[in-house]
Amino acid sequence: MSDKIKFTIDGVEVEATPGQTIMQAADEAGVYIPRLCAHKDLLPFGSCRVCTVMVNDRPQAACTQPVSAGMSVESETEEIRQIRVNLIEMLFVEGNHYCPFCEKSGNCELQALGYRLGMLAPKYPYMFNKHDVDASHPDIYIDHNRCILCARCVRSSKELDGKNVFQFVGRGIHKKVAFNSDTNLGATDVSVTDKAIENCPVGAILKKGVGYSVPIGKRMYDTQPIGSDIEARKATAK
Amino acid sequence: MAKPKIATASLAGCFGCHMSLLDIDDRILTLVDLVDFDKSPVDDIKKFTGRCAVGLIEGGCCNEENVHNLQYFRENCDILISVGECAIMGGIPAMRNTIPLKECLDEAYLNGPTVYNPSGNIPGDKELPLILDKVYPCHEVVKMDYHLPGCPPSADLLWEALVALLENKPMDLPYEVIKYD
Repeated sequence: MSDKIKFTIDGVEVEATPGQTIMQAADEAGVYIPRLCAHKDLLPFGSCRVCTVMVNDRPQAACTQPVSAGMSVESETEEIRQIRVNLIEMLFVEGNHYCPFCEKSGNCELQALGYRLGMLAPKYPYMFNKHDVDASHPDIYIDHNRCILCARCVRSSKELDGKNVFQFVGRGIHKKVAFNSDTNLGATDVSVTDKAIENCPVGAILKKGVGYSVPIGKRMYDTQPIGSDIEARKATAK
Repeated sequence: MAKPKIATASLAGCFGCHMSLLDIDDRILTLVDLVDFDKSPVDDIKKFTGRCAVGLIEGGCCNEENVHNLQYFRENCDILISVGECAIMGGIPAMRNTIPLKECLDEAYLNGPTVYNPSGNIPGDKELPLILDKVYPCHEVVKMDYHLPGCPPSADLLWEALVALLENKPMDLPYEVIKYD
């Protein structure tokens, strides 16, 4: 098509449709840019900054920045890897992330990014803040200890489920996900089939009665790094 | 030439990481050719007999004795490694970190549903190590040189890391070896 524009990611030329974000164009080209709050079915949000790339030598969120012809994007450099791993480490110390007994372990995007970006241990001190667990709903529970405030549940409920079950309250360190009810999660109209439940990248919102259903070794990120599906597009395109 | 020495300790851990070390199977024969074990539960040596090249620490610090032991290891080991999630972030014992210590002790010794304690005392003998306000990751107590995550870290990870250290070579690990669970 003639209306395609061209730009480069790490020096490699990539084609994009005008109006696409850097991340959308990169995904299509089979170039994986790490992300947490971004989700293919949701509008760009630009909250977690894990998808930070250098655009013409300035840091930008790849999920919100539109492509323009001739722009130079840097993604896989040591400087940017360090920015990304710092963000992941801050999320690990701010919540209480006990991977050894979390049901989401092996399928968790936060954990998978730690693996992909080479985190062995966070360099920051653990905060061990107290967070609540709400298990009032018959089919779903929310563990705020594991919440990374990516807003995927907030946005999924609004954009995909048409419900507005979740919203943020508080600011800074006190910010948390709250529910559209006077009491608890059980009193909302959330359903176990909602996209808001499915799209949680971590073990914060989980379905009850599932547990550790997939054995170790067969979980999503046990043998393949996160982003392998996107990178496979490049392999098949050639 | 004398073989380099290795020391190991289990602080606030479950000995699962030590089990994983034994899980290197027949490579353990190669390991005893490569190194001598010093202070360790493996050989039950209680005090360092000399300077050690590598110290492997399982578990975080939940009491005074853990802290002293960890400092003792730091003084006697050239390279100190946090092995497993408990050493790295406190692990399961650190679940008490969001609950005040008094509440934890009351639940364990006074109010728990299966507690039988007619004296109503919470153990406080001088022989017992003083419990800390919370469980600390090892690197928040002394300088740790490396971290090997996992619950437990796989035998392959422990083996590759030890061999790389002893042979002074960089580690080249396959993706699936590093896990946090």
